[in-house]
Amino acid sequence: MSTVLSFLTAIGWVLAVLAAGAALGWIFRTVAVAVTPAQTAKTLKTAPLTASFGMAIILIYVAAALLAPVIAPFGEREVMGGEYLPWDEVYWLGTDNLGRDMYTRLLYGARNTVGIAVATTMLAFLLGSVLGLLAATVGGWLDQLLSRIVDVLMAIPALVFALLLLTIVGTSILNMILVIAVIDSTRVFRLARAVAMNIVVMDYIEAAKLRGEGLWRLITREILPNASAPLVAEFGLRFCFVFLSISALSFLGLGIQPPTADWGSMVRENATLITFGDVTPLLPAGAIALLTVAVNFVVDWMLHRASGLKE
Amino acid sequence: MTDAFSDKPVLLTIRGLRIEGRADEQWNEIVKGVDITLRKGEVLGLIGESGAGKSTVGLAAMGFTRDGCRISDGEIDFDGIDLRKASETVRRGLRGGRIAYVAQSAAASFNPAHKLIDQYTEGPVTHGVMSRDEAARDAVELYRRMRLPNPEEIGFRYPHQVSGGQLQRAMTAMAMSCRPDLIVFDEPTTALDVTTQIEVLAAIRDIVEQFDTAAIYITHDLAVVAQMADQIKVLLKGEEVEEADTRTMLSAPREDYTKSLWAVRSHAREEQPPVPAGETPVVSIRNVTAAYGPVPVLHDVSFDIHKRRTVAVVGESGSGKSTTARVITGLLPPLSGEVLFEGEALPADYRQRNKDQLRQAQMIYQMADTALNPKHRIRELVGRPVEFYLGLRGSALTERIRELLHLIELEPDDYIDRLPSELSGGQKQRIGIARALAAEPRFIICDEVTSALDQLVAEGILRLLDRLQTEFDLAYMFITHDLATVRAIADEVVVMKDGRVVEQGPKTQMFTPPHDPYTELLLSSVPEMDPDWLDKLLAERAAGRAGGTVQSADQ
Repeated sequence: MSTVLSFLTAIGWVLAVLAAGAALGWIFRTVAVAVTPAQTAKTLKTAPLTASFGMAIILIYVAAALLAPVIAPFGEREVMGGEYLPWDEVYWLGTDNLGRDMYTRLLYGARNTVGIAVATTMLAFLLGSVLGLLAATVGGWLDQLLSRIVDVLMAIPALVFALLLLTIVGTSILNMILVIAVIDSTRVFRLARAVAMNIVVMDYIEAAKLRGEGLWRLITREILPNASAPLVAEFGLRFCFVFLSISALSFLGLGIQPPTADWGSMVRENATLITFGDVTPLLPAGAIALLTVAVNFVVDWMLHRASGLKE
Repeated sequence: MTDAFSDKPVLLTIRGLRIEGRADEQWNEIVKGVDITLRKGEVLGLIGESGAGKSTVGLAAMGFTRDGCRISDGEIDFDGIDLRKASETVRRGLRGGRIAYVAQSAAASFNPAHKLIDQYTEGPVTHGVMSRDEAARDAVELYRRMRLPNPEEIGFRYPHQVSGGQLQRAMTAMAMSCRPDLIVFDEPTTALDVTTQIEVLAAIRDIVEQFDTAAIYITHDLAVVAQMADQIKVLLKGEEVEEADTRTMLSAPREDYTKSLWAVRSHAREEQPPVPAGETPVVSIRNVTAAYGPVPVLHDVSFDIHKRRTVAVVGESGSGKSTTARVITGLLPPLSGEVLFEGEALPADYRQRNKDQLRQAQMIYQMADTALNPKHRIRELVGRPVEFYLGLRGSALTERIRELLHLIELEPDDYIDRLPSELSGGQKQRIGIARALAAEPRFIICDEVTSALDQLVAEGILRLLDRLQTEFDLAYMFITHDLATVRAIADEVVVMKDGRVVEQGPKTQMFTPPHDPYTELLLSSVPEMDPDWLDKLLAERAAGRAGGTVQSADQ
């Protein structure tokens, strides 16, 4: 009897979470449509609930990241008292293995982890797509050279390669950003090159070449706008992978160094609590998962719009 | 002709068919109440411009609609079976078995990963009509009847190893494999050369007669439908304009719209005075020989294009017409020979040409869809050459764009901020023309600019090009495989075959006999409105006249 009851309770919780998510999406969309200018509002109106939910979550994360010092009740590195304190009025989500406030560190973690992930993904995209488009447009030996270099880089497992490079150049946030960006840009390069290959054979590219347009304009004005849909989709996915790589490296101790708050290392530091049936260590992991889902919801919608697919 | 079929049983009845398509979150009616009665062995021609709903009606005859479409009203009765109420299983049993479909592009419709004969046998085996071996033997027989070369072996080839015309015939044979009662032909010859088209038309007509199959023949080419159909139905924007038997329809159309379709090829360029002796041609191609890698494609090609003159370059696909254009534009540097522009040699590679040399020679493409960047607005598409070559900025640039849009007869206020996807096919081609004009060139290459357009629209484009030529003293090189277009626009004609110039001269001389045998073949292959034309032509060819002695590229 009790198993049936707990099963029903679990289902009830899942439904409640789904309903809350949908409600959040709906509220966000209604508010957003009301406050944005007419042109944006028109687009937002067509957003499905999933995408609205995703946008709301991303907005909350951005707010948390930007306003962390204001919202957080304590300092990022401040040791407050007892270790592993349970949730109460003062320490909303308890304290961690050194007695620092969990809630505070979660907020600062958003700032560090998400900030670094965004910077890394953007760098990877800048590098990967510029080189990929260049390889496809110029072709010939440049394409061969770049593609073979990328092949070599991709032949080494990403995590092992990242660990190797970080051991060589030393662990610092900047180094980590550069290493992950270079490794991830190889994936972006492959995609950008493949997409651009299909575009450079179009008549309008030939027309632009015959007009005498330079390489930079060809890439940025003629090819890039037509390649942007798959690249945006890849951005969402790549962002999640970068995020996971950073967390993985932090978990292994080579990423963001303590005492900087970071979701990956927060899981590791507090992992022992799981043995006692406490969910606190899972909160940073949950924060990562939620953001991943939210980003992909938004990307799906953008892709849907760009491709002009009908349901 | 109706009388010939009136005693035959009715095979297909469509009553008040309405079909809706979904766009921008709402349903729009695209077929607005069409009736069809088709008796056994009868061929119905469905004609109309693109967007008239021809293909949609054709597919509906199989109880099928494309994704995003639905049948909203009406009834479709095929031999006592209500196709709207029948279950999907019943309908699938009919398709391929009793109703077959031949698509416009056989090249795109065959599965490239399987041999022809394997694709042929699939239908009969699935429908339980024949075993695989029987079907394979039957395939050879039908390939022979479709007059395919090597009927025993051709089935063992993959689709890419067979020419376009042969592929279209193989597809018709495949549609015949279960001996269906009804075949829907959706523009089966539109993508083919005129010379190839003859073979396919003759083969289709024979086989439909031999097996007493009823057919719906969809096309936008009136001359073709005149050869194939017993009855003709004209559609316009999803509505029936009129229906009559072929001869009545051709000789005495009732509706104004039908008359306008019939009158479409009326535009003819008036004859120009001969070029003054000693005038330097705008473009002169001198003894050009070119190759793609080791494969030679052009052999010693020479011709001149003068100011205010249109030179039409005609030939089948693969004859080197477009390659000649690529040599002129500098995309393909020739092995030997040169291209002179107003007496001065142009650098062979376009990268070595200066801005002014690039500006002087512009190009208009066949497929306006791929020639216009889908992400650029018209303001940028037309404005970029103006900005790039002439250095206009700001309001002067906008003013010039508006002027150009006026020239191509599009209202600037309505169109300047549209994307290519918000234009019709003819409007896109007009933008292509405006982009070429924007560079203020002396010479324009028109590469099959009207072949993807409906006849009425194509006519408009030809008239526009003609007007612009006189207005701006342009020289045109007009690449086409359509001799009707040549008649409408050319001053001089260059006939090409296998990378060589077969014959060249003024238009009137080219259209009066005696011809080179290959020119004769091309000329005689252009379908005429006379319903007996195909019979007469085949008889002539059999007797060795009308180019019957020359091999077309397809054989």
